Amino acid sequence: MKRWLVPAAFAACLLPLAWLVVRFLRDDLGANPIAEVLNRLGLDAFVLLVLTLACTPAQILFKVNWPIRIRKLLGDFCFFYACLHLLTYAGLDQGLAFGEIGRDIVKRPFITLGVTTWVLLLPLAVTSTQGWQRRLGYRRWKGLHRLVYLAGVLACVHFLWRFKTALFEPLLWSGVVALLLGIRIVSRLRLQSR
Amino acid sequence: MDRITPKALFLRRRELLKLGAGVTLLTSAAARARAAIPHGPQLPGVKPNPKYSTDEKKTPFDDIASYNNFYELGTDKSDPSANADKLQTRPWQVVVDGEVKKPRTWKIEEILHSFPLEERVYRLRCVEAWSMVIPWNGFPLADFLARHEPTSRARYVAFTSAVQPQMPGVRGFAGIPFPYLEGLRIDEATHPLALLAVGIYGEQLPNQDGAPIRLVVPWKYGFKSGKSLVRIHLQETQPPTTWSQYAGGSEYGFYANVNPEVDHPRWSQARERRIGEFLKRKTLMFNGYEEVAPLYAGMDLRKFF
Repeated sequence: MKRWLVPAAFAACLLPLAWLVVRFLRDDLGANPIAEVLNRLGLDAFVLLVLTLACTPAQILFKVNWPIRIRKLLGDFCFFYACLHLLTYAGLDQGLAFGEIGRDIVKRPFITLGVTTWVLLLPLAVTSTQGWQRRLGYRRWKGLHRLVYLAGVLACVHFLWRFKTALFEPLLWSGVVALLLGIRIVSRLRLQSR
Repeated sequence: MDRITPKALFLRRRELLKLGAGVTLLTSAAARARAAIPHGPQLPGVKPNPKYSTDEKKTPFDDIASYNNFYELGTDKSDPSANADKLQTRPWQVVVDGEVKKPRTWKIEEILHSFPLEERVYRLRCVEAWSMVIPWNGFPLADFLARHEPTSRARYVAFTSAVQPQMPGVRGFAGIPFPYLEGLRIDEATHPLALLAVGIYGEQLPNQDGAPIRLVVPWKYGFKSGKSLVRIHLQETQPPTTWSQYAGGSEYGFYANVNPEVDHPRWSQARERRIGEFLKRKTLMFNGYEEVAPLYAGMDLRKFF
């Protein structure tokens, strides 16, 4: 397999962050830069989650294995952007007003879901290494990492609730996630009926 | 110092070059991204009204004219300024009818010549928890309504915004119906703070800010201040308004007074980010315009949110 795949994917995953830094340096984040950074990082994390979820369907549909080789990388970067997103919310958007943040998490399902999604991704990122796969045993490891499906669904709802109206974009993405999960289900059913 | 390039690095020289090219591409693209916001012509004879001013720092013109909610021109904050030329502001007419003794269809030029323009610096608090300080140019809505001699049955005022077929938002997925409708109780509409604005910073309103004429009700969330008005209708019953009908009325009320105590179901209204500031500041009751409180004496503002 080509040696450049992983480094190229690594560099590509850094591009959204680089783009934000460039826009920041150029004072090109608009009138409300904190909201722009917050939304952009959230979208980046979401897109990486979708890409992570797309690796297996790509293998099923197109019989290609290279996406699986960068799946760990994509998942780790998804968590990386999710962390930046959460830090931007707590640090820049809320100014570390922990009382307000606590109330937000408890009272507002939109925030509750976002934080829950991050909490779900945390153990997956920690145990994404081969060492942890060995330590847990493959079956248990795989069971744990099925949490990513739940994270995908919760992320969609979080994304949908962010909008006042104009749900076209999050609905489209939710459709993509539904498709990616659906392909797995159909493939599983076919294997069982054989 | 070893001046020989490590072999691993040497073998990856092509990748490094590609990375460098990528960064250059990004940088040059960013340089083109920020376009200047065009200014409108100067408005003659604008007099500052010190009674309705503030010493708070005014939000820069570029921010006021590039960060907008104007769904007819697109739902992203940057869409209305990008699509500003899709709003045709001449010729323009404003119909005033309903419960008035003197209904009239105004040409915008007639309005501009008939009412002396003043500058009022108002805080604008968006329901999305951000705010600006805007030097509006306009005249009291009360003066405008008085010209038409409202009847005793005129208890509410309904405002209709323009819909033009070439506006990208009205054909797309804005999620709200058009035309955009707003409304005030007559005592709110005739309160001295309520303004019809035709400019900012002494210049004709940029299209994305609601040219050629818009409502400004500074103690209510920004969405109450309808843009690009084509009709002002006085009536006996409370008019339907766009956002108060959205989501079955659970998210936005008819009154929509700025109120730090009453949260939106999905976010807190206790604090706001003033555009240009880093830390959020506390939101003030009625956006700091306490003089309107008597309008709501005896009303439960949690119920009438």
